[in-house]
Amino acid sequence: MNVVEATGLGKRYGRTWALRECTLEIPAGRVTALVGPNGAGKTTLLNLAVGLTAPSAGAVTVLGGRRAGSPAALDGIAFVAQDTPLYKGLSVADMIYVTRTLNRRFDEPYARARLDELGVPAKRRAGKLSGGQQAQLALTLALARRPQLLVLDEPVAALDPVARHDFMATVLAAAAAEGVSVLLSSHVLTELERVASYLVLMSRGQVRLAGAVDDLLAADGRASLEELALHYLREATPEVTR
Amino acid sequence: MSALTLPARPDPEGDAGPRPIPWRRMTGVTWRQHRIALAGAVVLLGVLSAYLWIEGTSVHHAYAAVTACRPAGSAACQDAAATFNATWNDMSIPAVLLQLLPALIGAFVGAPVPARELEAGTFRFAWTQGFGRWRWTLAKLVPLAVVLAAATYAFSVLVSWCYQPYMATGNQDLGIYGDSPLVTVFGLREVTFPAWTVATFAIAALAGMLIRRVVPAIVAALAVYAGLVVAAVALLREHYLAPLVTSDSNLAGTAWIIGQWWTKDGRFAFADNPPDSLVNQFCNFAQSGPTGKGGGGGGGPASSGNPLAQCLGPHGYTLWTSYQPASRFWPFQWIEGGWLLALAVLLIGVTVWLVQRRAA
Repeated sequence: MNVVEATGLGKRYGRTWALRECTLEIPAGRVTALVGPNGAGKTTLLNLAVGLTAPSAGAVTVLGGRRAGSPAALDGIAFVAQDTPLYKGLSVADMIYVTRTLNRRFDEPYARARLDELGVPAKRRAGKLSGGQQAQLALTLALARRPQLLVLDEPVAALDPVARHDFMATVLAAAAAEGVSVLLSSHVLTELERVASYLVLMSRGQVRLAGAVDDLLAADGRASLEELALHYLREATPEVTR
Repeated sequence: MSALTLPARPDPEGDAGPRPIPWRRMTGVTWRQHRIALAGAVVLLGVLSAYLWIEGTSVHHAYAAVTACRPAGSAACQDAAATFNATWNDMSIPAVLLQLLPALIGAFVGAPVPARELEAGTFRFAWTQGFGRWRWTLAKLVPLAVVLAAATYAFSVLVSWCYQPYMATGNQDLGIYGDSPLVTVFGLREVTFPAWTVATFAIAALAGMLIRRVVPAIVAALAVYAGLVVAAVALLREHYLAPLVTSDSNLAGTAWIIGQWWTKDGRFAFADNPPDSLVNQFCNFAQSGPTGKGGGGGGGPASSGNPLAQCLGPHGYTLWTSYQPASRFWPFQWIEGGWLLALAVLLIGVTVWLVQRRAA
C-alpha cells in the first residue's frame, strides 16, 4: 500500500505554481523525509496530502486510494502542522478532550502517560508550555489518534537541540513500535540522516528525486544522504552568473 | 481467486469511510472554545436586564398611577400623567442604544469561529481531525446561533415588558405619551431581536472566513449590520404589508402613520401640512400651532381628532392618512424575523461551503 500517491499533482497560487507535475508514490511502513530548501513546495505537498488544500491539477490519494481530505482519509491521518498550532487558551486536559472528541479513536491512557512522562502538567494552558512541550503535546495528541500515517511539517525547525532529539525519539519509537508510517518535511538534512528510510527531494515546486535511501545511496555511490541531497539540489538550481 | 486479482480497492470503506462522528460531540468542543465569548454576552445581557428591570418597574408604577387615577383631568391625574411622560425621557435613549446589542453580541461571537482559527493557524489542527471540516463548521455555527437566539429572546421579553406602557392602547385618552409598537423598540422585540442577533452572527462568521482576521471581521460585520438596520428602518419596514388608507382623522394612537395628504373635492390638493395661508384663512387657532400629524402618532398628549381636519373639513378639504395598524405587530415581527433568519441560514451555508471549498 502507498500512504501517498500523487499523479500530475499541481497547486497554483495566483500565477505561481507552488507545486508542479508531481507524480509520486510513498510506500507504507516507512519514515519518509521530504527534503528541500524553503519554498520548494514541501508544505504545499503536505497540505494537499492531508486535504487542507485542493489541487489545481492532478490528484492525490492517501492510505491506498482514499481521496485526500475525505472522512476516511482524515480518520487515518494525523497531521502536525508547522509551528504545532494548538489552542493556546485551552488547558492540556482540554486539548486532550478536544482531540478525543473529534476523532473516532483516541488512546487517552497513552496520551496521559506520555505527557506525565514528559512532565507536561494537565492543568496548564497550552500557550504557557515551552516550545518543546508544545511540540511534544501536539505530537502526543497526533499519536494518540493511532493513525496509520503521521504527517509532520517542519516539526523540529523551531526547537532547541535537546527538544529536537526528544521529539524525533518519540516519532521513531512510534514508527518502530506501532508500524506508523511517517511523512515529515524538513529543510535541515542532518537530523533526517538517522531516521529516514525513504527520501523525497524537492526544489522549486518539483520533485527531483524519490526512492528508498539505501537504494539511492547504492545507485549513486555517495556516502551520505546529505551529500546526495546537496548534489541533486545543486543540479536543480541554475548556475548563478555574475 | 480471480476476484482477488482484480484491482480491488485497498480500502473497503472507500471515501465515505467510517461512520461519521456524532454531531453532539461538538457541543463540548464548542463550549470550551467559545465559553468566554458566551459568558461575556450573558454578563452583558445580565447587567442590562437588571437595569431594565429597575427602570421597567418604575415605568409600570408610573403607568399604574395614571390608569388608576380618578377623576380624570384632576390636578392629581395631570401630575401622574406628567410623571409617566417624564419616564420616557429616561427610556427613549436606551430604546435606541439597545439596538447595538444584537450587533455586538452577534459580531463578537460569530467572527472568531472561523477567523480565530485562520489567524492562529489552528485550522490546520481543527480541519484535519476525524470530525471533518464542513461538519466542524456547521456543528459550531448552528448551536451557537441557537444559544444566542435563546438568550436574546429571553432579553427581548424583558424589553417588551419594560416598554409596553408606552405602546398601550388608550394612552391618548389618558393624556399620556403613546406610540406605535411598530415603531418603538420594534427591532428589540421577541422575534426581531433574536433574528437581528443571529443575522449579525452569520454575517460575522462569513466575514471571518473571508477576511481571516478577527478584529477586521468584527468591524466589517458591524458596518454591514449598520447598513442593514438603516435599510430596514428607512426603506423596508413600512412596506412589509400595503398600508391602509383612511380619511378618518381620529386614528388610534398606536397606529404607525406612513404618510398624509389632502384632497379637495376628490382631487389631490397637497401633501402633509396645508399651506399657512389656507390655515390662516379658515382655522382660528390660538397662538400655538396645531400638530400636523393625524392621530397623535408622533407622541405627546394627543387630543382626539385632528384640529386641521376639523376646520378645513367644512371647506371641502379631506385629510387622508396611510398607516399600519398596531394589529399588524406580529405579522411585521415575523416578516422582519423571516428575512433575517433566511439571510442567516444563507450566510451560514455559504460559510460552511467556503470552509469546505477554499484552499487553506
